[in-house]
Amino acid sequence: MDIDLMLRVYPYFLEAAWVTIQLSVLTIVLGLICGMIGAAGRLSRFAILRFLAAAYVSFFRGTPALIQIFLLYFGGPQVGIQLDAFEAGVIGLGVNIGAYMTETMRGAIISIDKGQIEASRTLGLSKFETFRKVTLPQALRLMIRPLGVNINAQIKGTALVAAISVVELTYTAQRYIGSTYKPFEMFLIAGILYLIIITASGKVISYLDRRVRLQ
Amino acid sequence: MGLDFSVVPSFADALLIGVLWTIAITVCAALLSFFGGILFAVIALYAPWFLRLPFRFFAWLFMGTPLLLQLFLIYFGLVELGIDLPAFVAGVIGLGLHFAVYNSELIQTAIVAVDKGQMEAARTLGLSRPQALIRVVIPQAVRDVIPPIGNNMIALLKDSALVSVIGVSELTLSAQLAIGRTYRPFEFYAAAAVLYYIINLGMEAVLRRIERRTQLSR
Repeated sequence: MDIDLMLRVYPYFLEAAWVTIQLSVLTIVLGLICGMIGAAGRLSRFAILRFLAAAYVSFFRGTPALIQIFLLYFGGPQVGIQLDAFEAGVIGLGVNIGAYMTETMRGAIISIDKGQIEASRTLGLSKFETFRKVTLPQALRLMIRPLGVNINAQIKGTALVAAISVVELTYTAQRYIGSTYKPFEMFLIAGILYLIIITASGKVISYLDRRVRLQ
Repeated sequence: MGLDFSVVPSFADALLIGVLWTIAITVCAALLSFFGGILFAVIALYAPWFLRLPFRFFAWLFMGTPLLLQLFLIYFGLVELGIDLPAFVAGVIGLGLHFAVYNSELIQTAIVAVDKGQMEAARTLGLSRPQALIRVVIPQAVRDVIPPIGNNMIALLKDSALVSVIGVSELTLSAQLAIGRTYRPFEFYAAAAVLYYIINLGMEAVLRRIERRTQLSR
């Protein structure tokens, strides 16, 4: 193993890891927003909203994320959407993970006992109040762990934007593999950095999960 | 530049060949990930510590890093070791091993959950420990996790698009080749998306059948 080389190139990997962190945070925030809108749509009273949300989930979960990103980045200009690679990566990945998060959130909301909703309606709360004060707080607690699974997958999913030349960890590793012919060393540096990011985010999620459980 | 889907049919043959390669790589990698997953689960649970510990470390490394990075490692790493494999084989190995690690996690949990009495009964009937594992415990464990393994297989199908970056001429690369000739990315990526969606539906139907068949024998 070429430790000297690893020590020489790791600063570039650190810079790239920062880009991976930015991509992760932005796509997860966008994903959570899409997930909330999607889940609201899936549970809506209106058939048209239910249909649109179901179509959103079905398309984005039924086709490869890579194809979705290519469609947005390379195909976008043909329909008047001009984005740079980073923007296309964030939007493509965020909307993609949003479809998975939609199902996670919907699953948590519908798993709340119907009796709770009936009871609070009987006590005179409106439908909206029931959702805000009874259903949602319980559902939020249930969804933290499965959303954590989505987030873990998404951090690794950010590697896809290497294919549209966003200079993040995987792209950097690929470039250095190509120029140094040391695939194991470069994989090891990038792999350790990914593991640090994923372990850190896992700790945050289990902290949040413990906090809401205590209440 | 507006949209013009009329260019797509003239590349129908190339796209369909891409579909066949995507199905081929998915099936090969799925089989590798299934049997590899069983093997990895047995190693993680029963192998002596000097095998078990390094194995767990690599499993942890592979679960914490992106598939794309692993594909680069396998493709270029094999070349570095002087092993010149066709891109298709490298793609199958990369996809298969990646998902074998995930399947192995599921199978390990299931093996531990199989009633201890099953092993004891099999041992009493005169089967050796490996025999009891292979014939009694593992089949029951695997049956229990068929649905989540099926979900991994669906993920594998979609992730098979990634092997286009190491030059496997499956559906995504076929679309890219057509785009190189026509400069119509939107049309061909949209066509590829529709084809992936159809393959996905077909795969879900097959998995449902397998699920029903394996749950019947309870």
